Amino acid sequence: MSSYQTHEFDVLVIGAGGAGLRAAIEASSTGQSVGLICKSLLGKAHTVMAEGGMAAAMGNSDDRDDWSTHFADTMRGGQYLNDWRMAELHAKEAPARVRELEAWGAVFDRTQDGKINQRNFGGHKYRRLAHVGDRTGLEMIRTLQDHGIHQGFEVFMEYTVVELLKDGDRIAGAFAYERNHGRFHLFKAKAIILATGGVGRCYKITSNSWEGTGDGHALAYRAGAMMRDMEFLQFHPTGMVWPPSVRGILVTEGVRGEGGILQNSEGRRFMFDDIPDAYTHQTADNEEEGWRYIIGDKEARRPPELLTRDHVARCIVREVREGRGSPHGGVFLNIHWIKEQLKDGSEHIKKKLPSMYHQFMELGGVDITKESMEVGPTTHYVMGGIQVDSETQMSIVPGLFAAGECAGGLHGANRLGGNSLSDLVVFGKRAGEYAAKHAAEQSMPTIDAGRVEEIERHALRPFETGGDGENPFEIQHDLQDMMQERAGIVRTEENLSFALDALTGLRERAARARAYDNRDYNPGWHTALDLDNLLDVSEMIVRSAIERRESRGGHFHDDYPQKCEKHGTWNTVVRMKADGSMERSEQQIPAIREDLQAIIEENQK
Amino acid sequence: MTTTTFRIWRGTGNEGSWEEYPVEISEGMVVLDAIHAIQAKHASDLAVRWNCKAGKCGSCSAEINGNPRLMCMTRMETIDTSQPVTVEPLRAFPRVRDLVTDVSVNFRMKKSVTPFTPRKPDAADGTWRMKQEDVDRVQEFRKCIECFLCQNVCHVLRDHHKQDEFIGPRHFVYTAALEMHPLDTADRVSDLKKTQGIGYCNITKCCTVACPEHIKITDNAIIPLKERVVDEFYDPLTKLFRIFKPRKKTEA
Ligand SMILES: Cc1cc2nc3c(=O)[nH]c(=O)nc-3n(C[C@H](O)[C@H](O)[C@H](O)COP(=O)(O)OP(=O)(O)OC[C@H]3O[C@@H](n4cnc5c(N)ncnc54)[C@H](O)[C@@H]3O)c2cc1C
Ligand code: SF4
Ligand code: SF4
Ligand code: FES
Repeated sequence: MSSYQTHEFDVLVIGAGGAGLRAAIEASSTGQSVGLICKSLLGKAHTVMAEGGMAAAMGNSDDRDDWSTHFADTMRGGQYLNDWRMAELHAKEAPARVRELEAWGAVFDRTQDGKINQRNFGGHKYRRLAHVGDRTGLEMIRTLQDHGIHQGFEVFMEYTVVELLKDGDRIAGAFAYERNHGRFHLFKAKAIILATGGVGRCYKITSNSWEGTGDGHALAYRAGAMMRDMEFLQFHPTGMVWPPSVRGILVTEGVRGEGGILQNSEGRRFMFDDIPDAYTHQTADNEEEGWRYIIGDKEARRPPELLTRDHVARCIVREVREGRGSPHGGVFLNIHWIKEQLKDGSEHIKKKLPSMYHQFMELGGVDITKESMEVGPTTHYVMGGIQVDSETQMSIVPGLFAAGECAGGLHGANRLGGNSLSDLVVFGKRAGEYAAKHAAEQSMPTIDAGRVEEIERHALRPFETGGDGENPFEIQHDLQDMMQERAGIVRTEENLSFALDALTGLRERAARARAYDNRDYNPGWHTALDLDNLLDVSEMIVRSAIERRESRGGHFHDDYPQKCEKHGTWNTVVRMKADGSMERSEQQIPAIREDLQAIIEENQK
Repeated sequence: MTTTTFRIWRGTGNEGSWEEYPVEISEGMVVLDAIHAIQAKHASDLAVRWNCKAGKCGSCSAEINGNPRLMCMTRMETIDTSQPVTVEPLRAFPRVRDLVTDVSVNFRMKKSVTPFTPRKPDAADGTWRMKQEDVDRVQEFRKCIECFLCQNVCHVLRDHHKQDEFIGPRHFVYTAALEMHPLDTADRVSDLKKTQGIGYCNITKCCTVACPEHIKITDNAIIPLKERVVDEFYDPLTKLFRIFKPRKKTEA
């Protein structure tokens, strides 16, 4: 039964966000044949939603900045669980990647002297984020897309990869289905780059779109790759909380970068109440100094609203828990107060934050130049991901590469805002380059037709379940509710153990998920297929979280609310065992190079 | 909570019919939420495109009560619910299933536009200098989220099916963004006239009205491009001038 079409490429890229597009451009430039697959239309990936900016130590807005400070900030933000070599490469190469985007047509906001302007963001010591108002992601993805379509790679839009294939140990291809008519396609490739983005859809409240189901994480895991740091999720402090239909939609950190302050129901700026020791020397201790920082006074220290996201999110949870929240269970984010400081305050807000202005006006009926926004934490980003070689981005599966959000390492326990967009292009480029190199040295692998048939049968199972099957949307909602409740921003041993058991039950239900009618553009069928990935990823998160008995970065364990030095020496890794079960272990962090250690110490002063 | 009836076009390709579904409406709901509620409760196979749910990706275009809109940005409070609310796919594109249409023609149209071609860098380190005010001029066009609502309403495509001769308002916006880019040096004027059909546009402004990003497509993109076409093809002086000074950017 050969009911699929076969395609062959030297390099296959799965995912067309910033990372996938940059990888495809690079791989094509070597003359290798390249295919690019994505679940949505071209240009609609998550990257398009990024708002605030892209971190790169160009020193345009503050000439004290350089790669070493960016490196130290990234490591501090990641609580030193980062792959330090990746953090070094990222800090060194990000400026060149930003300039390259400009050379391809991106139009960033400018400084007075005509250079690329840079803005404040949490955890970054200097003004470092290249940006275009609050639609930086759109600028990035459109630039890469418009440049990319002339580079000769072939694009398969609205195709979904359901499983990876191997030839012995090495990667051999991917099996996909095409959305429009539900037909199957086999992609044979010498090298595959996963650039599938995040996992936010494991949770109920998230800034991620339907695409964020952790497919790449799950595909790589099932293909034998090692996963790292999966306990670390970023709960962005400011998501919309009202009305219910927009709950979770992101409110960019750029609002705070432009002077927005967080207040509780008593009007108090509660972020001044809890400044972690590691940050006291660089955080303002009064409102007046905080404002001076916002307007560019180099002597001033950052306002506490710009502390790292994990910390700000937990402070918000505390305020709400202790009864000082806003009417709909969040806190207040106030940008209109800057009118006291700037005479054209309203215009300034509309100019610097145009899409936030529209978002609140049109979806919430709130005029942010006059009223405060209600905000609360939302599942935003996964620090954990596929473990890759720092230089080449290859996983332990020969020929399988990963870049962007689905790869782990760069961000450690917590990502700094703006470090993702730069990550995408720095490591997207590297993955493209090394995957092409790898492919050039390989012959076309062979594919086991029996295995393909097995995958195909599995993919069609929801149609056979028929009447006794369960609605896949219900299973998905129950999983999201459970993860939100039990493995969310504040975790406990009891809740995590509960989650583990609950996942077993959900897996049984997922096996009976049904789809009906025909295969053409069928969201029920698609959701049924997604479930396997969501469940694998959720299990990785829960198993990794249970064993980290401390609180660090994105992982807050209520039974162990302190950070513990001895847990700072290892990363969690997860792998699939031969019997298909999940194995979690600890991996020692390799000793850091001396010169890098010196930079870290220098920046702690 | 109130219950509202939705009439949705359901079908594969051109075969299909209108189906009605009841939806409970709560505060702040948008049309896309209603579609998702129908999907979760009554019709798990109801096909719809969406991604960001915040008007940023341009995936969820449809015709709501006959108006071209983004479903995720259309609040229930703003539409007439005294009659069943109709939701149907964009009419200018071939239907795939339910609310999903085949918009691939737009990607082909875009490829026909000469890509960005920058002048030599201004500084030794390979970077350029640009003024914020020059940048502001193109940023209006670069806001485009490729929702294709403008393509959908333009009569040249919708009623006259000139897909092979006319690239449509979205791609005039794209061309304008490149032509007015402070660094660009390519000349797209001849293509606009000869193969991209800018002459078919009779400035009805329907595209501008439909644009959810409030881009002044006709006034700020199409009319200036038409002026360039006129300058280049019908004004002998400009043409002569061009022979000696091919860089068009000075006049931008
Ligand atoms: C609202 C929002 C705002 C943000 N703001 C910022 C910011 O200001 N600065 C910053 O640095 N970061 C920001 N981020 C984070 C950043 O945008 C993302 O981490 C980043 O865009 C991820 O890019 P990516 O290339 O890894 O994947 P994505 O852009 O998520 O793309 C994933 C791609 O993989 C494809 N795919 C997935 N699974 C499959 C499959 N099974 N088969 C085929 N294709 C598949 C998808 O279709 C898609 O094309 C923000 C995120 C959000 C949600
Ligand atoms: S103004 Fe021109 S492009 Fe716009 S809808 Fe009318 S004819 Fe079409
Ligand atoms: S120009 Fe406006 S209407 Fe047309 S595709 Fe872009 S955003 Fe949509
Ligand atoms: S879902 Fe992105 S614009 Fe509507």
